Parts: sequence; structure tokens; C-alpha cells
Amino acid sequence: MKRYIKNMNMLTKEENDRLGKFKVCVVGCGGLGGYVIEMLARLGIGYLTVVDADKFDETNLNRQILSNTDTLGKSKSITAQERIKLVNPLVEVEPINKRVTKNNCEDIIKGHDVVVDAVDNIDTKIILQDTCSNIDIPLVHGAIGGWYGQVTTIFPEDKTLDILYVSRDKKGIEKELGNPSFTPGLVASIQVSEVLKVLIKRGKPLKRRVLFIDTFEQEYEVIDV
Amino acid sequence: MKIEVRLFATLRKGRGKKVYIEEDEGLTPKDIIDQLKIDEKDVSILLVNGRDGKLDTVLKDGDIVSLFPPVGGG
Repeated sequence: MKRYIKNMNMLTKEENDRLGKFKVCVVGCGGLGGYVIEMLARLGIGYLTVVDADKFDETNLNRQILSNTDTLGKSKSITAQERIKLVNPLVEVEPINKRVTKNNCEDIIKGHDVVVDAVDNIDTKIILQDTCSNIDIPLVHGAIGGWYGQVTTIFPEDKTLDILYVSRDKKGIEKELGNPSFTPGLVASIQVSEVLKVLIKRGKPLKRRVLFIDTFEQEYEVIDV
Repeated sequence: MKIEVRLFATLRKGRGKKVYIEEDEGLTPKDIIDQLKIDEKDVSILLVNGRDGKLDTVLKDGDIVSLFPPVGGG
């Protein structure tokens, strides 16, 4: 298929065909999620579940790719579905207009091959990790704050976030610094490359390794944890 | 003994990238955080010689302690 010709040389024909059969759940359709969904759809991941309870507001416009003057006030998950219809109609998108909680998390994520953490708070990130671990799904974690970001890929046995957020009442630096336009796309790109490697079982994911990104000093550290 | 402390992201503000602490025996990462006036809540990843460390690990001469703040946005 012409649409995927530029994917073809880095993936095999067989890998390309297989992408259309995978199901990925993206939790959060804001800063990270908007870019993650776009890139997964262009890669040709067949089924995307996109989860977010929020509607776009003006404060999202500085960084969330799905927000614009037309989508203000609209549901983030439904906006994501409509966008992907335009980008790649071969991808089936299921929007879920809910906030992930301990009680509904398993129902939302079960049946997926990979889950992407694109949520904006540490509590929900930990709920995602613990539920993914219980039902054996790899989780690609991403987080941003100010000039900084981090990515790690968590396999069910790893529980890497227990090391990243040792005491669970932590407040991320983004509460003070906010988030600019450029870190979401950067961190989301790395998350998508991780999703792809997990799906095709090739390459070296950030398993028990955390990529810590500092765009202020332009330093990129990979830390073994 | 001499400990090298590497600071990352917001923890560098007013402190720099690298700080050396010289002290008698028995120093822990908790002592270092206190000396540098860093709130424990502002430390997310704590490494001793590049490995996951604990606040109460007793440090040895030449150890390197790395401290990263929590990042949680999306």
C-alpha cells in the first residue's frame, strides 16, 4: 500500500502488515496523547483506544496538537477520533470519555497489546502501571514538566514507577513550571518508537532504563534503574 | 571522605550541576539532601554510583550521588 511505503524499508513487509492487527490504548489525549495518537495512526496501528474525560480549553492551545480554535470546548477523545478519520481511515479509533480510576482501569485497558501513559498526574500513572502489571500488558510511560521529560517502558514484572515516584504523594515539577509547546512532541515521539519496538519485538526498548531529557541544557541521560 | 553529587533539571537552580561534599564517615544521601537544602519531596530518582539508591544508604569515599526531580505532566 502506497501509504506505508516510507515505513517499509525500516520494517519488513510482514511487520508492516502485522501493525494493522495490533491494539494500542492511549490514556490521555492532551499534550503527549495528541502526538502519540497521530504518530501511531500514521504508522498504521490498526486499533486505537483513546481515553480522556476532558474537553479542550484555552490553556491547552500552547501545546496540545488536537486543540485549536475549532475544537475548544469539544471532547478530547472524540476530537482525536475525528482527527484520525482524516489522517488514516484504515485505523479504527474507539474514544472513551472517562477518567481512569482504580475501579475502571482494567476494563478500559484489557485486550490491548500495549498501553501508553500520556496522563498528566502521578496518581493515574501509578494506577496504569499497577493494572498493566496485574493483567500482563507492557506500558510505555512518558512525562513532561517545564524543559524536562522522561520516558521508560515498563514490562509487567518491572514496576519501574515505584522507583521513579518513591513516595506516592509527589508533585511533579510541571505544577510549578507548566509545559511548553516543544516537550510534548519530543517525549511522544520517543514513546511511539518504544511502542513500535515492543510490538515488533525488535530493537532495544527502555526496559528498566529511564531516558531523562533536559532541553534547557540539551542533555539526555539514560539511567539504569 | 569526598562524595560527588550530580544534580539534574530544577535541582541545579542555585546549586550548579555538580557539588562535592567532604565529610567524616557515615554520610547518607538524606544528609546530602539536607545539606543542599533540597526538600525530600523534590527528589524523585536517587542514584548511588548509577544504581537505584536509598536515602539511608551509608556512602563511601568516592561515591557519586545523582538526584533528579519528579516529572509527572502529560
